[in-house]
This record gives sequence, C-alpha cells and structure tokens, in this order.
Amino acid sequence: MEMFGGINPAVLIASLMVASTPILLAALGEMVVEKAGVLNLGVEGMMITGAICGFIVAVETGSPLLGFLFAAVGGALLSLIFGVLTQLLLSNQVATGLALTLFGLGFSALLGQGYIGVKAPTLGRIDLGPLSDIPVLGRILFSHDPMVYVSLALVVAIWAFLRFTRAGLILRAVGESHEAAHALGYKVIRVRMLAIMFGGACAGLGGAYLSLVRVPQWTEGMTAGAGWIALALVVFASWKAGRVLVGAYLFGGVTVLQLNLQAAGAKVPVELLSMSPYLITILVLVLISTRGAQGAPASLGRSFNASS
Amino acid sequence: MTHLLSVEGLTKAYPGVVANDGVSFSIAPGEVHALLGENGAGKSTLVKMIYGLVKPDSGAMTLNGGAYAPAEPRAARAAGVAMVFQHFSLFDALSVAENIALGMENPPRPSDLSARIREVSHTYGLPLDPDRLVGELSAGERQRVEIIRCLLQDPKLLIMDEPTSVLTPQEVAILFETLRKLSAEGTAILYISHKLEEIRTLCDAATILRGGKVVATCIPRETTAREMAELMVGATLMTPKAAGAAPGEVLLSVEGLTLGAASMFGTRLQNVSLDLRAGEILGIGGVAGNGQDELLAALSGERRAPPGAVLFRGRPVGALGPTERRRLGICSAPEERLGHAAAPDMSLTENAVLTGTVRKRLAGRGFVDWTAARRFAEEVIAAFDVRTPGPANAARSLSGGNLQKFVIGREVLQAPDVLVVNQPTWGVDAAAAAAIRQALMDLAGKGAGVIVISQDLDELMEVADRFCALNGGRLSASRPTAGLTIEEIGLMLGGAHDMEVAHAEA
Repeated sequence: MEMFGGINPAVLIASLMVASTPILLAALGEMVVEKAGVLNLGVEGMMITGAICGFIVAVETGSPLLGFLFAAVGGALLSLIFGVLTQLLLSNQVATGLALTLFGLGFSALLGQGYIGVKAPTLGRIDLGPLSDIPVLGRILFSHDPMVYVSLALVVAIWAFLRFTRAGLILRAVGESHEAAHALGYKVIRVRMLAIMFGGACAGLGGAYLSLVRVPQWTEGMTAGAGWIALALVVFASWKAGRVLVGAYLFGGVTVLQLNLQAAGAKVPVELLSMSPYLITILVLVLISTRGAQGAPASLGRSFNASS
Repeated sequence: MTHLLSVEGLTKAYPGVVANDGVSFSIAPGEVHALLGENGAGKSTLVKMIYGLVKPDSGAMTLNGGAYAPAEPRAARAAGVAMVFQHFSLFDALSVAENIALGMENPPRPSDLSARIREVSHTYGLPLDPDRLVGELSAGERQRVEIIRCLLQDPKLLIMDEPTSVLTPQEVAILFETLRKLSAEGTAILYISHKLEEIRTLCDAATILRGGKVVATCIPRETTAREMAELMVGATLMTPKAAGAAPGEVLLSVEGLTLGAASMFGTRLQNVSLDLRAGEILGIGGVAGNGQDELLAALSGERRAPPGAVLFRGRPVGALGPTERRRLGICSAPEERLGHAAAPDMSLTENAVLTGTVRKRLAGRGFVDWTAARRFAEEVIAAFDVRTPGPANAARSLSGGNLQKFVIGREVLQAPDVLVVNQPTWGVDAAAAAAIRQALMDLAGKGAGVIVISQDLDELMEVADRFCALNGGRLSASRPTAGLTIEEIGLMLGGAHDMEVAHAEA
C-alpha cells in the first residue's frame, strides 16, 4: 500500500474528505444563495463566526453536536444582517458582503479571546461496525465523523431540491429574473432572505468543522481564506451541486497531497507546494470557464426593488 | 347581457402623478375589449390593479356579480383572471414546462403537465415543445408559452398587454384566430395595444385613456384609426413627410459578413451583404433576437469584423472601432436606451460628450470642454423638443420617449454621413415617434444614408425607401418599399414557420 514516497492513497482520500468538508459546506450554502440571485461575499466572515460560536458552545456544554447547531445559528444570524441590508435597505451586495467578512473576522476574534489554547470536545467517528473493516473502501467511506456524511447528504439534497421540487423551481426563478417572479406573484425578498440564511447556516457549519474537527482549536483568522475558495468554487462548478463536490474535493485533495509531499521531503520548493491548491483550482476554473455557457443566474447580484 | 368584470371609479396615485383617476368600464363574457392610450396614460396601472399587482387607492371592482379585490396575483388567478405580459414574465434559463408550472397555482406532476401542454397547444394551434429552454425560443414561441400558461387555468378573463409588438404578420393572424376561438368559448379578453388597425379587426369595444382618465369609449369597427389616434393623443397628428431626394453614390457596403453570436442566447450573423446609398433610408425588419443587436454592433464598430467586410466610401473600415468610425462619419444609436445608448446615472451633458467628442470637438489635449459640451446638449434638447429641466439632469430621469429623442438627436446633430439606428421608436409615444421618424427622414433628405433596424413594420413602410428582412442572422435581398404588401413582408421575414391556424372554420 505504501507508494508516492510513503503516502497511503486510502488514507490520503479519507483525509482529503475531511480537509474538503469545510469548503464543501460553505460552497453548497453559497450556491443556493447565488441560485436565488444574491451574491454574498461574506462567506469568510460567516464561516469564522460559525467557527467561534460552535467552539464556545461545544466547550461550554461539552457537546460538539450542540456546537454545530449553534454554529449554524450564528452563521445564519450574521447572514441576516447582510439580508436586511441588501434586501430591505437595498445596499450594494458586493460592498456589504466584503464588510460582512471584515466584521465577522473582527467579531469572532473578540468572542474568542478567552478561548485561545482551549481544547474542544471533538466529534467522534460513527461506528459502522464491520463496514469500517473492509480494506481500503472501509477506510475511505466508512470511517468518518457524522458531519462528513451530512455534507455529502446535503449535496444530494440540494441537487434534488433545485431539480425536482416546486420550492426549488421558485428559488431558481427568483434568481433568474426577479421582475418576472414578482409579476407572477412570488415573494422575491422572502425567498432571498431564506436562501441567504440557509447560506449563512451552511457557512457556519463549515467554520465549526474547522474549529471542532479539523484543527480542533480556536485561533484568530483560522479560516485562512477558505470562504473565498468556497466562493470561487461555486463559479467554477457552474452553480451545480455535483460539481461543487468535485471542486471541493479537488481543492482539498491537492491541499492534503502537498502537505504530505512536504512532510515526505519532496524536492520541490515549499512555496510552490503551498500555492499549488490555489494554482490548480484557478487553472481548472479557467479551463472550465473557457467552455462558454456558464449558467450563472441572470439576476445574480442585482438588487430587487418592487416599484409597484 | 350581464357584465363579467366591472370597474367603478378606480383611482391610484403615485408620488407626483395620478396614474388612474376615477376609471370605470366593464366587460361582458366573450367580449374582446381594447384598452387604448399613449405610454403613461395609465393602461398598465389599470391592468395591474385588476391582476392584483397594485392595490387601488379607491374605487371598486366586481367580478361575476361579487366584490373583487385581489390582494395578489394568486388571488386574481384563483378568481379566473389571467394575464399575458409583454415583458418580464419568462425565465430564459428554465424550460417551457418549468415556466408554465411557475405560473400555475397547483401544477400537476411534470409528466402530466407536459402532456397537458401538448394537448392545449394542439387544441389552439400553438405548437410548443415543453422540454425546450425558453431562451432558445423565438418571440412568437415565447408568447405561446405565456398564452398556454394562462389557458391551462381556464381563465374567464384574459388580459393581454401589447401581445403583437414582437410578432410577424402571420403570427399575428394565428394569434387572432386563437383569441377569436377563446372569445367564442366565452372567455372575455382585455386587449392592450396601440396598434389601431389590429384593434379595429379584433375588438368589440374600446376604452380610451389619457392622463389616467377615461376620455372616450368607442366601437372600433365603426371608428377610423385616425380618430382613435387623435382621441389617444388629444391633438391632431402629423404624418412624417419624406424630402424625396434621389439616392446617390454608395456610402456604406457590407460584403459577406459573418460574425459569431455576442451572448449565450444571441444570434450568429451569416453572410450578410448590403449597400446603403446617400439620401436613402434602408429599413431592416425582423423580430428581435434574429441578429439585430449583432448587426448594429458590426456596423457601429462595437464588434470588429474583417476589414474588407464593411466598406465606407470604398474604404475598408471593418477593423475600426466606434470612435474611428464616428470620425469618418458613421454614427449609430443602439436599441437599449438606458445602459447602451446612454449611461443612466450620468447627466445629459456627460452623455452628449460620450459620443459627440470627436465630431463636435468637445475635448482637446485630453481635457473636456464642458462649455461646448453643455452647449451641444442644449442644442439637442432644443432641436428635438426633449422635455427635461436642463442638461444637468441624469439620463435616467427622462421618460423613455424623451431620452430616445435625446439619443437620436445627439447623433443626428453630429451630421453623420451614415446613421444606423436600432428600434428608434420602441416604447415611445406616438408624438415622439413621429418626431424621431421625421428627423431620420430629414437627415436622409440632406444626403446622408440611414439604416433603420426595427420590429415595427408599419414604421419601416412609412420611412424606408428599401426594405430587407433579417431572419436567423441572414439578411434577405432588399426590395423597394413602394408596392410591398404586408403579406410579402411576412414571407420575407420567414413567415410563421411551424405554425398552423387554429381550426380553419371560415
């Protein structure tokens, strides 16, 4: 099993799934938001707010599951600020999103002051009994914590929601043309508010996965740009849930691989290895973009103001 | 005969303007009732109130003898009122079936819905494939989507807002067959239009609005189009007159131009050739989305073509950009007023500078000469009767007709040798449209060549000396407009392919 200079592929795949889960969760949420026609650049801020909210609750109650719950609530509450500003007060979405990121980074640092160096109760793996003992496959598929499965289930659920349900159709319609949706009597602002809060909750979960499972500790600015990668992934995935999964795992995979290569002492400059996940993700993004039809929601980023 | 819907004293005021002032009228079952008026007369506010999109300030409506006050479109649809919108109600990236499902209260399951769409479209002679993306459909097909969406709900009252503005004559004929069939089945139709001849052939009664008030009612079959037009405008209309100059040398020619689509749902220009002579107006007809935007962009220089594909006085200009072409004397005015022809949030002076710099010398050594720019903007405002407090006002603050007069005037006053305009009078009221047409004809009378791209065939017949049709990115050979019949034009436009007339009963 030992190859690639001492890197075990099964372990590599299993750990890339863990590494990718935060951006997968955040990107899925942002995809739903953008499908509704809203561009929320505050993913990074919502992730880190989720990270600290989840961390504090998990430390204080000793329950990581409660931590995740409150991370989702924290992310959704922060996104609600964005929703009120952009949907009700018609502020500019780009500027508001950027402000949300800055606010989230500062606010989480404030909340987390007493928690630096504290150890959080972490999420255990689900015991799947004999399944986990299957060679290779068991290590890859059946040896994870619940949130990995939640994120995978979310991919399927969002895909099915957008494709098969009436609510999903209305959400896509609002993102495609808010004037038309309004003319047909759909509540554009309400749909967008709900989508924004769902996106906030997902970003919060992604952040908490970092602080409770991946690291698991609290450090200021620990999301380190994961929210921006999630934003880029949505575009790279052409607003399709399945491709978001592929993109997230690609980014996570390169991240894990380059870390392993660094540890294995590969004869490549460390700087090159460190930039490789970003470089490869951007390259793939450009390649896919050049193929034309992107399927961006037509009303993306435009404010809706019911004039009549 | 009892009334299906009657409206009593509906009033709706917006800040600064009373959109509807005590409007009353009624419709009987099976009646086709026209609502006539200029832009801004209050037609759309009135139908929005009937459809539940806008709440009236005062007044009452009764439907089938009961009080009717829909709080939202859903309630209106439940009461049997359906509406076919002119704009803003289809989703390009969704399929036909999805679009229809969005307009229904309780849509059946997707497979049943597709079957019902096929069934209804067959009954009314409106063929439509439920699985196609709406963005790929022609304007006529898009309208069928809207109509079928309404018909699936068995409406008692069908509201149609300017339904024929984007259709070829043959498509209009088919639409009218469908509407007559519906009317015979007892569905009342409220028909909004400012195409008076259509109203005379189709409608049983007409209510005419001006300034938010009902100014007259008439029986369209017994009234002339001119009488109705004057009731709408409240003044006598003048018809544009050509100066009648003989065509001179060839100014602009396009030879075998092929150009890819500009956007995802755009059209590719294929082997387009044309000649434009001094002193003539060349009309290019066709339903929007058949390459009009691409053709304008290729002529104006927004999109570069192979140098030899566009010739100005025999000189290759295909590779030149808009500024170089303006310097030579080729000016243009695109279709979209806000955002393409004018920058919405910039003042009229600034907008005047944007295209007038070169020919009017509004800048020197990199600095803008604001005094000259303001003078030029004021000149346009005065010459074209643009109603605005002054050149410092933002383009966005002007009404569509006034801004269009400004945009056209800005180009005309630069004394171009060639002027290319796309939909010069789209969404413009009759008086402003007449002024714009007159200006184009005067320009040609002075020896310039003018290309008018328009969907409005009546307009082209009025102003153009020669006519050609743009269909699917291909341009037909030109024919003199004198003696051309509307049927011949329809055939040139590709007619109504894949359409069948509903039940040829007559």
